[in-house]
Amino acid sequence: MSSQLPNAPAGEPIIEVDSLVRHFGSQTVLNGVSFKIYAGDTFVIMGGSGCGKSTLLRHLIGTEKPTSGSIKVFGREITTMRHGEMQKLRGRYGMLFQSGALLQSLTVAENVALPLVEHTKLDAGLIDTVVKMKLEQVGLTGHGHKKPSEISGGMKKRAALARALALDPPLVFSDEPTAGLDPIMTAVVDELTQRLTQKIGATVVVVTHDMNSVFRIGTRIIMLGTGAQQGKIIAQGTPEEIRANPNPAVQQFINGEAEGDAGDDSGGHLYRDSLLGGHARTGLLSKS
Amino acid sequence: MMTALRQYFEVCGELLYWLFVAPFRGKPWRLGHTFAQIVRIGVHAVPMSALTALTIGVVLAMQSAAQLAKLGATMYVPGLVSSSLVRELAPLITAVIVIGRSGSAVTAELGTMKVSEEIEALEVMAIPPMSWLIVPRFLAMVIMMPLLTVFGIYVGLAGGWLISHFSLHMNTAYYVNHALQYVELRDVGIGMLKSGVFGVLVVTIACSIGLNVSGGAEGVGLATTRSVVVSLLGVFIANAILTALFFF
Repeated sequence: MSSQLPNAPAGEPIIEVDSLVRHFGSQTVLNGVSFKIYAGDTFVIMGGSGCGKSTLLRHLIGTEKPTSGSIKVFGREITTMRHGEMQKLRGRYGMLFQSGALLQSLTVAENVALPLVEHTKLDAGLIDTVVKMKLEQVGLTGHGHKKPSEISGGMKKRAALARALALDPPLVFSDEPTAGLDPIMTAVVDELTQRLTQKIGATVVVVTHDMNSVFRIGTRIIMLGTGAQQGKIIAQGTPEEIRANPNPAVQQFINGEAEGDAGDDSGGHLYRDSLLGGHARTGLLSKS
Repeated sequence: MMTALRQYFEVCGELLYWLFVAPFRGKPWRLGHTFAQIVRIGVHAVPMSALTALTIGVVLAMQSAAQLAKLGATMYVPGLVSSSLVRELAPLITAVIVIGRSGSAVTAELGTMKVSEEIEALEVMAIPPMSWLIVPRFLAMVIMMPLLTVFGIYVGLAGGWLISHFSLHMNTAYYVNHALQYVELRDVGIGMLKSGVFGVLVVTIACSIGLNVSGGAEGVGLATTRSVVVSLLGVFIANAILTALFFF
């Protein structure tokens, strides 16, 4: 499988992953993953539960080390990078966590201000102004004084987005940004992510299994397999190319069907089986 | 067991770097965070430490008075109370209170931050969790543990005075003179050394276990229990070793 997506933009890739392998004990979670992400992409990593997409993201942000393979970010190899250099590189990242990961001991405004306080020499007044502006951009004006425990799930995600974009980073990672949100709030977070990252010209890497989000925001997509195809890229391309992909596993995943071959090109196992631990096949959860 | 030990020494190693090397490389201690932790770990533990030390002082005076009365030697009660408090009981009881109140809170807080991805968020924001979370807690603990111990000694002596004055009818000057007579400056120094060692043990164990929590809410609960048990064992063993080294 080619390491470069079809119709890839010209220029040097911002992220280049080559033959990435990760084992946890005897389990292979990522198996020879290769792809490139170019400037301005909204790059979506999708796949079923347990396919390794969050693990892949953690390798991209440098909090996990691979068993083998190479990851270059802004042209620099991060798998062998020293901690101090990695810290400097992370200053150019923004990260939106699945749970928001706002620091509970700080207010919403203090959370958004944190990267500015830590990584800039702006005075307190200017930081306050920037924080107000960021909160306004995500529709949280007047909520800055609240603790994360006092706001709703959607507001937490938006506050986390404001924090991730506080330094106007050129690269933004997002792990299941719309998990647990209702469809309207999902659309709001997607639209905000797209609008705000386009405004600062950021490249975005999103991990999700929400198909509406995938096709709403994705400009380039890869899908990781499960089962016999665990940790391998089973489809990649633009949203149109993914929609038209003939792989039954991809079509099953896109259409959200219980029966099919997702995760196993051989058709020997059902994706549903792997999720249900084999109960579907033994009839424990069948209608009859 | 080996994994836990490896994690403990990894945390200690990193902590040493952030305590003694990083400040000389432009990454100073975060004093604002440290003061906040001094209040949380130390100042908020004052009422509980005071109550415990007072009851220990009272009980010590009552028990020693009951035994010494048989020999007609109740005049030794102040000395027995003071030497017991300074050499052994104040550092030990303070450590037990701090383990139950502050050590467990440190583990629970760090563990919750770990499972809710807050610590990972700090790392990704290039804010070292060691500098932001652990160093302030360490400094607060090693500052406040000896101070709480000194406070415990005073309150415990006041407890002993209550019994000596109201039950044994000693006047205050007599009690104070005799209490001081049986305590040397060396004893106070060793008591402070003990409390400092206990502080280091408690905070490093609490942080190491908290930073390595896994398994959600249940994991946090188990880690908090483990932190208290391991800290208590560590403090009792360290106390035995230090007593053997300095007093035996």
